Amino acid sequence: MQEFLLNIIPNVVKDANILGRSVIETLQMTVRAGLISFVLGMIFGTALVVTRPGGIMQNKVIYQILDKVINVLRSVPFIILLFCLLPLTRLISGTAIGVKGAIVPLVFGTTPFFSRQIEAALSGVDAGLIEAAQSMGNNNWEIIFSVYWKESVAAIARGTSITLINLVGLTAMAGAVGAGGLGNFAYIYGQQRNHMDDIYVTVVILVLLVMLIQLIGNIVVKRNTH
Amino acid sequence: MIDLSHISKDFGDGEAQVHAVRDVSLKIADGDIFGVIGFSGAGKSTLVRCINLLERPTAGRVVVDGQEMTQLSSAQLRQARKKIGMIFQHFNLMPSRTVADNVAYPLRRSGLNKQARLARVRELLELVGIADKENAYPSQLSGGQKQRVAIARALANEPKVLLCDEATSALDPQTTKAILHLLREVNEKLGITIVLITHEMAVVKEICNRVAVMERGQIVEEGDVFGIFADPKQDVTRNFINSTSNLHKIDELIDLNAHIAQLKPGELIVRLSYATRNVSEALISHVSREFNVDVNIIFANIEILQDSTLGGTVAIFSGERENITKAIAFMIEKNVGVEVLKDARVSA
Repeated sequence: MQEFLLNIIPNVVKDANILGRSVIETLQMTVRAGLISFVLGMIFGTALVVTRPGGIMQNKVIYQILDKVINVLRSVPFIILLFCLLPLTRLISGTAIGVKGAIVPLVFGTTPFFSRQIEAALSGVDAGLIEAAQSMGNNNWEIIFSVYWKESVAAIARGTSITLINLVGLTAMAGAVGAGGLGNFAYIYGQQRNHMDDIYVTVVILVLLVMLIQLIGNIVVKRNTH
Repeated sequence: MIDLSHISKDFGDGEAQVHAVRDVSLKIADGDIFGVIGFSGAGKSTLVRCINLLERPTAGRVVVDGQEMTQLSSAQLRQARKKIGMIFQHFNLMPSRTVADNVAYPLRRSGLNKQARLARVRELLELVGIADKENAYPSQLSGGQKQRVAIARALANEPKVLLCDEATSALDPQTTKAILHLLREVNEKLGITIVLITHEMAVVKEICNRVAVMERGQIVEEGDVFGIFADPKQDVTRNFINSTSNLHKIDELIDLNAHIAQLKPGELIVRLSYATRNVSEALISHVSREFNVDVNIIFANIEILQDSTLGGTVAIFSGERENITKAIAFMIEKNVGVEVLKDARVSA
């Protein structure tokens, strides 16, 4: 077995330890940045839906600010966002390199997209359900938690798997500029040393990771669709 | 129970302003089944939403069960809404919750414990006749079953008023009948006042005791159902009433010169309407015998509305002109409305 692997992917076997660490770093970045972005995305996405014209907590100022800020952040390519955020990242994380230094830019890169996904998911809730909840004497918070969120679990799961898959892509980009992880591995060990097998194995691992996220997403969607 | 005075509701402003409801005043008594009928866009849905303040009226006063709704704080308003059930055209059940959870939804934070809530849910499902669907999801139910669940949900907090916004408009005629029957039962058993919005006169005829007719945001006619049916004052009301009977099909047949509307010389087509509460004699037989007139009935539509007969007959009269004239005079004397629709002597 060892023999066989040495034959087809010699450099990967040699760099196995580094590869293992890289996988863990990628997972760390995805999970940490993903969790923070999910919480922020839920807050901002919900805020967009309830403050928009005709929403249950209609508020022109908040809606316009959120809407514009999200559009601005989404229009900056991630690699440029990374550079722009260097001072802020140092301020918040104390460093701009490694997994620690990657979280801030990843959150900035993911949250606007996440917010839009949540906004889209919650917009799918039938206005009739909101009206029915109001007619039953619900207040706005009850409507947010028990109607908007509860009734769009499947749609939120769908948006979350899309966003997490995007996030995996962003971690690779962050990796290329010093954040570690699989992006860093493929760049330093694969591209710069011309070890193509390192690159191919990275690709396979990333594909598996994406498939896993999609699978979990699909299960959650299925369980919450009636 | 419900007292609306001078309610107006405008949407938008400037050029685009829409006056959905204009200066409507209504009193709905305790225990009434009150119908509000109108074509789409007449403002009836907006009006019913002014009762529980889902739409806040631009002007006017809403009093429900002695509480002036427009004066309440938002917390008080939410409490008041719990005593005003509402059902909708598209049911508005929560698709991710089972039937039992949907019915239990308004009971959350009601102070009942889990067992008491489940008992209440079962009691409600029993009442609306779908106890066996407790664990089903709304998507597994038919339209009629969904509306039953919605009714159970609306009744959960023991409301005094039930608002029905086109509650049967998405249902087929049979299911409509069954749901209306259930609403009447709810009204009688629980003494709940029902306000029912519809565009179908048949619905009003089926269960309402009072009705208001709405057109362009205003109430153009209001009264007890028999009175409105017997003696409609407005064109829009007449239109609605005609839609429930076949007595006006003859107009179309005459226009088309259909076979049945072609007369032999001396014959005439007459529409008789029984619009008072005392037509119970064997009128047609009497006329036929007494005046020697042949009466060929084409359409007949007799209903018992609030224990009185209402309706009419379209018939071809043939015989001596003199006798026909006498027969018609006799019927007018008996308070029967007589309209000559086509006269072979005139048209021939």
